[in-house]
Amino acid sequence: MFDFTVVTQWVDQFLRSFLPAEIAILAEFVLIGLCLLAGYALIALVLIYAERKICAFFQCRIGPDRVGPFGLMQSFADMIKMLIKELIDINHVDRFLFNLAPFVVIIASVLAFGCIPFAKGLQVLDFNVGIFFLIAVSSIGIVGILLAGWSSNNKYSLIGAMRSGAQMISYELSIGLSILTMVVFAGTMQLSILVENQADGWFIFRGHLPALIAFVVYLVAGTAETNRGPFDLPEADSELTAGYHTEYSGMHFGFFYLAEYLNMFIVASVASTLFLGGWMPLHVAGWEGFNRVMDHIPSVVWFFGKAAVVIFIIMWFKWTFPRLRIDQLLRLEWRYLLPLNLLNLLLMVVVVVFKLHF
Amino acid sequence: MLTEEIKSILPEGASFEEENPATISVPPTVWHTFARQLRDKAELHFDYLACLTGMDWGDALGIVCLLESTVHRHAIRVRIAAADRRNPELPSVYDVWKSADLNEREVFDFFGIHFINHPDMRRLFLRNDWVGYPLRKDYDAGDNNNPVRLESDETPDATFSFEEDSEGEIREKEHILFEEDEYVVNIGPQHPATHGVLRFRVALEGENVKKLDVYCGYIHRGIEKMCESLTYPQMLALTDRLDYLSAHQNRHALCLCIEEALGIEVPERAKYIRTIMDELNRISSHLLFWSALCMDLGALSAFFYGFRDREKVLDMLEATTGGRLIQNYNVIGGVAADIQPDLVRQIKEFLVYLPPMLKEYHQIFTGNIIARQRMQQIGVLSREAAISYGVTGPSGRASGWACDVRKKSPYGVYDKVEFKEIVHTEGDSFARYTVRIEELQESLRILEQLADNIPAGDFAVKAKPIVKLPEGAYYKSVEASRGEFGVYMESRGEKYPYRVKFRSPCLPLVSVVDLLARNNKIADLIAIGGTLDYVVPDIDR
Repeated sequence: MFDFTVVTQWVDQFLRSFLPAEIAILAEFVLIGLCLLAGYALIALVLIYAERKICAFFQCRIGPDRVGPFGLMQSFADMIKMLIKELIDINHVDRFLFNLAPFVVIIASVLAFGCIPFAKGLQVLDFNVGIFFLIAVSSIGIVGILLAGWSSNNKYSLIGAMRSGAQMISYELSIGLSILTMVVFAGTMQLSILVENQADGWFIFRGHLPALIAFVVYLVAGTAETNRGPFDLPEADSELTAGYHTEYSGMHFGFFYLAEYLNMFIVASVASTLFLGGWMPLHVAGWEGFNRVMDHIPSVVWFFGKAAVVIFIIMWFKWTFPRLRIDQLLRLEWRYLLPLNLLNLLLMVVVVVFKLHF
Repeated sequence: MLTEEIKSILPEGASFEEENPATISVPPTVWHTFARQLRDKAELHFDYLACLTGMDWGDALGIVCLLESTVHRHAIRVRIAAADRRNPELPSVYDVWKSADLNEREVFDFFGIHFINHPDMRRLFLRNDWVGYPLRKDYDAGDNNNPVRLESDETPDATFSFEEDSEGEIREKEHILFEEDEYVVNIGPQHPATHGVLRFRVALEGENVKKLDVYCGYIHRGIEKMCESLTYPQMLALTDRLDYLSAHQNRHALCLCIEEALGIEVPERAKYIRTIMDELNRISSHLLFWSALCMDLGALSAFFYGFRDREKVLDMLEATTGGRLIQNYNVIGGVAADIQPDLVRQIKEFLVYLPPMLKEYHQIFTGNIIARQRMQQIGVLSREAAISYGVTGPSGRASGWACDVRKKSPYGVYDKVEFKEIVHTEGDSFARYTVRIEELQESLRILEQLADNIPAGDFAVKAKPIVKLPEGAYYKSVEASRGEFGVYMESRGEKYPYRVKFRSPCLPLVSVVDLLARNNKIADLIAIGGTLDYVVPDIDR
């Protein structure tokens, strides 16, 4: 299987061959940053296109089909439109916080994006508490949303932000606990090792019942965490017009929009890394031939394929279910998911201690 | 029987005419006590104020009330004329029939009659700085009085009432609607969930609705005033523009009213066609209700399914009438043109097409646990409240009030077809939802019985382009998609009506929003609005 460290090391050596070590590292930082941002934007655009097409098919429509073949260039056109749109100055807002908020949201999601192992050897941040770091930085986004709602000086925005705060803080618990369940199972927090550990079978198969429960809980909580339907209360358009980003225009709105899609991608990537083996091909212990064939499929394809499946499921949720009410939403978390999660964690500990897993 | 009962409580100074229905003229001083007697006396039991119309009879201003009993099914009209034209005052019956609340405000708005003891005497439709009372006959409609105003209308946080103190003096009293420290949010006039240009001011406490105030009139077009200067055939076009989702049914009511007054007998074929069109209209309206409600509750895909199916109805309407939303099809004496030859086949295809789709609706939305929890036990309207507020139609029937005009006093060929009046007793949002879905099936049943049996013959009798209604007052109502749509007309024997009032089914619907939404969540307010299914042009007229 192709290892991306070959590429990265070649770039490293190439730069060091004519640059002093410090400057070479600096150049690498810049390069990585650019690649990340480009990848970030590209993935967001692809996701926006995918969502528009998928929801169109759910709704007996065709979806975008005018710009480019099959409307493929539609989201690029939208991006250009968004970039050149005016940033409308709103009176009576807290200007500093108002302008800061979208950046907080986007920075949080870029930081989380950096942790994801996209393929074998293709990972920016990898250290021993990687998953912990990922949870930590992705929670920063909520600060941005609260700031946006607070500084907009708009009552709808404020309600949206408050809903968002209540929702995300609640569901963070479920996300954290279901991830913790898998950490207990894997015995590590480092993302690369997590993936390596799944070489003989994905965690969702090896961890059987508790892993499956954790996966379902993670999916539900992850959908809530990204503010997507049926948990899209913070921006419930039929109740709060657009919730916390009502007052935003141009690229500032674009940042929220991008971050929403990227967060969905991050949730899907973490799900595939923790449960579905990340970039690891499907291996069945003992089936040598089968495993060899699977290894011929590049790891990038494995990773993005799994993420795509999870993303499709999340989109499916959104285009099927009605929106929850705030009390139902909180009840679901505190009364059902959280106790279930805690029990599940206990179950996982039992499974691990008595080696009941595969 | 009714005559004797009424005569036994007839107050001094009142007169009684035994027309059909009986008409009573009551002096304003005794109106309030008389109203109470009419409602409370078991043999009379007039618990439903169907229509309250402001009148300018030239020499006096006053109101006409159409009362009905939901138990005995009898009806009367009561006329009350205010004593002083310059300073007209009438006692409010707001505490007897809740539906008088918004109706009396409307009368105040258009005729300037002060209702004593009414808790809220703001204008209902017009701006607060409007000069004069437009439906008075001596109103100056020139541009000088009410030029186009460029500044926005202030929304005061207080209202006022005229109350009689112990010495019999009338005093203006101020009431605070919203305290200064309340968190008041405007929902509308431009808002995705108000289904039009309607505005609620909502005082919130966290997510909970504490109080709600309705502001109407953003698309008030003065249709009743316009009618007074149009001939009868010209008027017809305006009714379609009231509740545009039951355009055909509205116009049906007006045609029935005029035909009854003129004594025109409509050919059987026209009756069948009208009934079929009414039901097609109802189907399209209820499908739109379903779609819009799903969208309000966040189920976006369902919205498209409803619209996909409604399209088929609109195609049928278009093929025959030429109009999709607004048909302009009924005329005095029948319908404007014969049905398109393909219509019967199209209807039959649709009868086969829709039932599986309804099953799909249940799968995607009705059975969904989130949807159920958001509607069940939410916004419960009791039967008494429904009658008192005059909430008719599917919303009234969801509260257990059998108020279907098609059954109560059949028109068209409703007496020849078999259908069930859907009545539920829960009164919550979910009941309002189920009633409409079940009515879709009943409408299909009616169509099934009619489609093959349209008799041959004329589709209309020729009516003169200018007709003059004999002097008198006429009221006729039909079951529109959202409830009882009535036309009250007074004629003085001219080619123009003297006064036309449309009893809109949607005004009572908005008047209960406050009652239903209080102490519920904002999201419930949206669900309640969605299931009440009001159409704003019908409120504003």
